[in-house]
Amino acid sequence: MVRSPGQVALALAIALFLGLFLVVPVVTVVFAAFTEKGSGGLTFVNFADFWRTDLFVRSFWNSVYVSALTVVWASVFALPLAYLTTRFEFRGAMLVQILGFLPLIMPPFVGAVAMQLLFGRNGSVNLLLDEWFGFKIGFMEGLNGIIFLQAIHYFPFILVNLSAALRNIDRSMEEAAQNLGAHGLRLFRRIAFPLALPGYIAGASLVFVKVFDDVATPLLLNVKEMLAPQAYLRITSIGIDDPMGYVIAVILIGVAVATMWATTLVMRGKDYATTQRGGGGLTRRTLRPREAMLAYALVILILVIVLAPHVGLLLLSFATVWSYSPLPDGFTLAHYARVLGDSSVYIRNTLLYSGLAAAIDVAIGGAIAYLVLRSRVPGRRWLDWGASTALAVPGIVLGIGYLRAFYGVKLPDGTPLAALWIVIVLAIAVRRLPYALRAAYAALQQISVSLEEAAENLGATKARAVRRIVVPLMTGGLLAGFVTSFATAAVELSAVLMLVQSNSDAPLAYGIYVLMQTPAGRGAGAALGVIAVIIVAACMWLSQLVADRSQRSRGLDI
Amino acid sequence: MSKAVGIEIAGVNLSYGSTHVLKDVALSIRPGEFFAFLGPSGCGKTTLLRLIAGFAHAQSGTVTIDGRDVAPLPPWKRDVGMVFQSYALWPHMTVARNVAFGLEERRLPRPEIERRVAVALELVGLAAYADRRPAQLSGGQQQRVAVARTIAVEPKVLLLDEPLSNLDAKMRVSVRRELRALQQRLGLTTVFVTHDQEEANTICDRIAVMEAGIIRQVGTPMELYENPANLFVASFLGSANILEGRATGNVFEVAGGARIGLPTGIVVPAGARLVFRPQHATLAPPGGGLLEGPVTHREFLGATVRYGVRVGDTEVLVEAPFQSGNEMKTIGDPVGVALPPQRALYLSV
Repeated sequence: MVRSPGQVALALAIALFLGLFLVVPVVTVVFAAFTEKGSGGLTFVNFADFWRTDLFVRSFWNSVYVSALTVVWASVFALPLAYLTTRFEFRGAMLVQILGFLPLIMPPFVGAVAMQLLFGRNGSVNLLLDEWFGFKIGFMEGLNGIIFLQAIHYFPFILVNLSAALRNIDRSMEEAAQNLGAHGLRLFRRIAFPLALPGYIAGASLVFVKVFDDVATPLLLNVKEMLAPQAYLRITSIGIDDPMGYVIAVILIGVAVATMWATTLVMRGKDYATTQRGGGGLTRRTLRPREAMLAYALVILILVIVLAPHVGLLLLSFATVWSYSPLPDGFTLAHYARVLGDSSVYIRNTLLYSGLAAAIDVAIGGAIAYLVLRSRVPGRRWLDWGASTALAVPGIVLGIGYLRAFYGVKLPDGTPLAALWIVIVLAIAVRRLPYALRAAYAALQQISVSLEEAAENLGATKARAVRRIVVPLMTGGLLAGFVTSFATAAVELSAVLMLVQSNSDAPLAYGIYVLMQTPAGRGAGAALGVIAVIIVAACMWLSQLVADRSQRSRGLDI
Repeated sequence: MSKAVGIEIAGVNLSYGSTHVLKDVALSIRPGEFFAFLGPSGCGKTTLLRLIAGFAHAQSGTVTIDGRDVAPLPPWKRDVGMVFQSYALWPHMTVARNVAFGLEERRLPRPEIERRVAVALELVGLAAYADRRPAQLSGGQQQRVAVARTIAVEPKVLLLDEPLSNLDAKMRVSVRRELRALQQRLGLTTVFVTHDQEEANTICDRIAVMEAGIIRQVGTPMELYENPANLFVASFLGSANILEGRATGNVFEVAGGARIGLPTGIVVPAGARLVFRPQHATLAPPGGGLLEGPVTHREFLGATVRYGVRVGDTEVLVEAPFQSGNEMKTIGDPVGVALPPQRALYLSV
């Protein structure tokens, strides 16, 4: 635990990276929002303009409404499932666990068009409802569609967090309450739910922020009057000199930060995990046959709804023509031929960008984790904190920031720095860095300091001890972090949307977004979507495999 | 305080899957008694306690509290207070809310709840801590909150699941005295689960010694020590020398060849072994004892000196009181081990 010149140099290099590619763009955006157009003086007038413009105010409240209702509907899906799997012996629990992975393998915008075809006014479900019962349900009308789509995509964040919290409850917490006379729902309300509340809130705030920041899903469902889409439209239609895009960006950051701050306020003093000793979760009981049937019906219903975008996407990718009919008119492989032919550049770009971004993340994440846990370099906590603030910066804001900060920087041949594809890689890397950092922390925390000290005791220098002992032992964890970063980077869109200058530089997510906007491109867009889902799912499976393997090989099996 | 009640346990068998945790357990706990379930870990003592509280379910047998079979009653209707090993204080409630919980569940009027919470906290000396959160208290204080929360509802019986195991050694001694004093004051029938014989000996009226789901002996601490019913109880409580041998007529012949005369009236069960406490034996000059052998080790314990003497294949322990000026044996010295016949016990497994 000393401070070596090498460590200081490493810390400075990371600080430089974070400064250039996270702090500078964000500060540029904030600065632009407070700059008066023309004079260049500092002013609040842009914000006043924002609140005076009906369109923006309406967009703001629409975003709040959609995010809040998404949390409500996501809770409606998640609560019964969490209760069911933690309270009862339920064989369907495996199915419910699979649900937890779905939002990670396909972001909501990918399935938006397919959902329109399944649940829209003239979609499969409504055509059948109309034919059989003579009415239609406005699942996808206006903001409803966004709420519906986001809720079925993001409810697993609440489900996973809440279930984990319920499972961590010390069993005697509940038994003590039973011993003193409480039981049934009253017991759940007074003991189990308050103890699991931090988990619920963590999941709910995550969902709120994610929905608030989403650009592509509203746009693909043809809803423009929401805040994040407005930022995108403003910059792309009026230009990067107009202050309104920056004002919206600052408000997006403000909402994200305020949500996280409110969450920490509510959670203060509620970190119950450390004050409970036993664990073991709630007492489980077996379901009676009728209850079990009900439980299966519920889980299958939710599963069908959740899988609808995936099924829709698959159908769309094989469809010749699909409109005004419950199912496509015919099936074809032409879309796949097309995307594997002339659109294959998207796939190549994605593999390249995500691979580079994930490599950067693992290197920087591993280095920060090492500096924080194993060195005394001053300011090392700031690196951790700095990298983690990327969580509070919406992708669209980062994209806008890169445009603003780097467009003026010209290369010797006159092309702006912001137009280079490597900038897309850097933006994705910064976005995914917090996740890789957590993975690196987890990996390093499992390695006892004494292993390193033993190497130094036997004559290895600090650098050699890291290379020969720490890095090999962290490999499994870092690899899992790499694959997760890679997979989520592959479907990153909101930052990319601002930065793609030409189709030849665009990754998959951008290709899907562009193709999905025209009826003629939908099929190909869906085929690209299916390919993206396959890539991401394969990566997730791989990372699980790697994590399991490395745990077992080191005898850390639990 | 309402009158103390008794607990009757009869013919209880309990299995988890193929593990037979309790085997034909029968017990009678008297009203007002401080009773201990004592045994090594895994002997079923906690399961037996949880059976009384309603958290475990027996495949056969009955548990009767105050003359009433409690089998059909769920935990929340049994009115038995349990103090958990982990205390199980709810971290999202203050100390006062924790103590009030059971009273609220019994739908008592608010003023009555406030009064009884105050009384319970006063009783454990924590009245000043009512508004703290459990996490802000020390281990000993948390334990007292757990006790206050349980006695506030004035349960019929009090169940304590290793309540001292999470305290440090010094706290343990003072807390167990407090528990005993409290139990005496309330006159409450109390069952105490522990694996620590000193805890059981010091605060309990009677002890049931358990091994592998079976109750091996029930008695007062002194009875168990003086007259263990079997080898397990003899070796689990205190230290004991155990020597194989065979009874023929009125003589017990130890495997090494030594012979002990059996007092008249003693019946030695088949397969029994000779058992005696180290402090009941004395060292004698070579040839002058019942058993003979060289000293193999010597440990100075303060008030006593413990000698190991090799007798045949086994080592016999002898504890002699230490007085300055006494001649100490050294390793290798041949000695005899003398034992008054009335101190010799003949026990089988």
